[in-house]
Amino acid sequence: MLPRELEQEIAAMVRDTDHVEEKIIDVIYLLQRHFGYFSDEAMGHAARLTGKTEVELEELATFYDFIYREPLGRFVIHVCDGVACWMHHENGLFDYLCRKLGVAVGETTPDGLFTVLPTACLGNCHNAPAMLVNGEHYGRLTPEKVDRILEELRENADTIPLCLCR
Amino acid sequence: MSEQVLFKNRRADCRPASLADYRAGGGYDGLIQAVRTMTPDDVIKEVMDSGLRGRGGAGFPTGRKWSFVRKDAPHPRYIQCNTDEMEPGTFKDRILVNTDPHLVIEGIVLCGYAVQADHGVFFIRPSYDADARLLERELDVAREAGFLGRNILGSDFSFDIDVHRSAGRYICGESSAQANAIMGKRPNPDKNSHMTDSGLWGLPTVVNNVETLASVPAILRNGVEWFKSLAASPTGDGTKLYSVSGEVAEPGCFELPGGTRLGDIIFGAAGGMLPGAEFKTCLPGGTSTSFVAREHLETPMDFDSMKKAGLSLGTGSVIVFDRNTCLVQATINILTYFARESCGWCTPCREGIPYMKHILERIEAGEAGERDVALLQRVADGMQHAYCGFAPGAAMPVHGLLNHFRDEVREHLGGRGCPFKGAGVVKPGLWTTLDRDAAHPDAAHRDTDSGDADAEGRDG
Repeated sequence: MLPRELEQEIAAMVRDTDHVEEKIIDVIYLLQRHFGYFSDEAMGHAARLTGKTEVELEELATFYDFIYREPLGRFVIHVCDGVACWMHHENGLFDYLCRKLGVAVGETTPDGLFTVLPTACLGNCHNAPAMLVNGEHYGRLTPEKVDRILEELRENADTIPLCLCR
Repeated sequence: MSEQVLFKNRRADCRPASLADYRAGGGYDGLIQAVRTMTPDDVIKEVMDSGLRGRGGAGFPTGRKWSFVRKDAPHPRYIQCNTDEMEPGTFKDRILVNTDPHLVIEGIVLCGYAVQADHGVFFIRPSYDADARLLERELDVAREAGFLGRNILGSDFSFDIDVHRSAGRYICGESSAQANAIMGKRPNPDKNSHMTDSGLWGLPTVVNNVETLASVPAILRNGVEWFKSLAASPTGDGTKLYSVSGEVAEPGCFELPGGTRLGDIIFGAAGGMLPGAEFKTCLPGGTSTSFVAREHLETPMDFDSMKKAGLSLGTGSVIVFDRNTCLVQATINILTYFARESCGWCTPCREGIPYMKHILERIEAGEAGERDVALLQRVADGMQHAYCGFAPGAAMPVHGLLNHFRDEVREHLGGRGCPFKGAGVVKPGLWTTLDRDAAHPDAAHRDTDSGDADAEGRDG
């Protein structure tokens, strides 16, 4: 069962459009945010609410990099691996984050808070090296700055609302 | 500073211009003039005469593209404003949207008027979610003010714009793939139909880049001759946003006369190299352009001049490399990106890009010989047979590497491996030691253009 508000929000979104297809990604995002990832259960709801088959939805879910079919942390740390960031951190940022959090790239910390993922160029090249967490861009990173950001997110994890495209 | 047309309302504190800010500088006057005194054909003719060309990389004449929409074409007609911008090194559209959202909105509405479209779609990548929220807010403001929606400014022209959030993938920047993405399909490109005949939902659709559309309002307001006079070269056409990243002192996005020389962008606007760094090469227009030779620094950065020099302007996003950065490693990084982002639909792209990467990794490790370099060349040449422009773009840095830096590649061969990994190679600009603010305390362009720069911990 979905919370009534979410069910109604999605139903209205589908009802108010000429083409339900245009809204599929938005529906997936809403469900993904609710379930933490685009779980099989979320997939079932998406299919029911949009009238699409699960195969059609899976075809999209497996293509895009901001749709997650596996569980991940509350905060997804998208580390830019574009060439401008690469030339400054030379993978040191990945190493630092992974060491700090005790995970490998793609893994989630045991407390369920952080997942580190490589991400296509974030469009923040003049502030390289850069990363994106919960819709916020962080640039000109240094080890000290990374420490501060992680600490801030950890401390406020319960109160920071999750953005749609996490 | 040369005339700022697109960045006219850029502020030091990075706050996006409000509707009032935009109106104060003549914003929406172009639209008012168009719907009250001009026919759609007048608008198309003006844009065609201005010489404005697509700023997303392809450089196709904008007015001509608009003229392809037939007068008797069915409705609804669509405008797709491409805010995908995933090419590494490219960040101009993010800054433009964050600087002056209404400039972009007016550009889309004018395009809509010119081809008598009914709907606009802002296609925006997921990592720009803050920008999507900003645009949704400002679209409401524009609607409220009568610049959008039913019967715009009391005319019989009605047009509205939606924001479409993408879920990420570089291929979505290709116009037909983008249409498929909006229509809820897997976003493979479709080269069999013309978007202006059969785009979104099988109806006429014009796809333009953010910067292209944002250039239109001022053309209508100030005229064709004025627009042409802004350029630094005969075919520069207006101003151009150049974004500069890499080993330069003051990376950023700069609005300069179209056709500004490459060297002037790097050593003028971007403050030259980082202390301790020495210029080796750059990618002049994002990662799907070629590494350049030193003499190319003289080349004006416009579509025609770059083409004449055997290069391409791409998005005008200059990524600068230091003498001590290994270009084989850099190319491996770029091909890793392209291999991951390929939609995998056609064989040259799906198989060829990982294969080029594999050969380069063998070169980097010292496991390759001259025959491998020849093979790399052959595979790169073969990329032109791919279905869309993605794979030929991915091969461009490889071509540049082999054309201009073959000697550096050769230094890796025959068991020697990477010469840049040895002791004594000091590389400036490592993230643990890089402090741009300390290096240039008086830098004029220190703003970070995030739109939220005042928040703690971000982009400082």
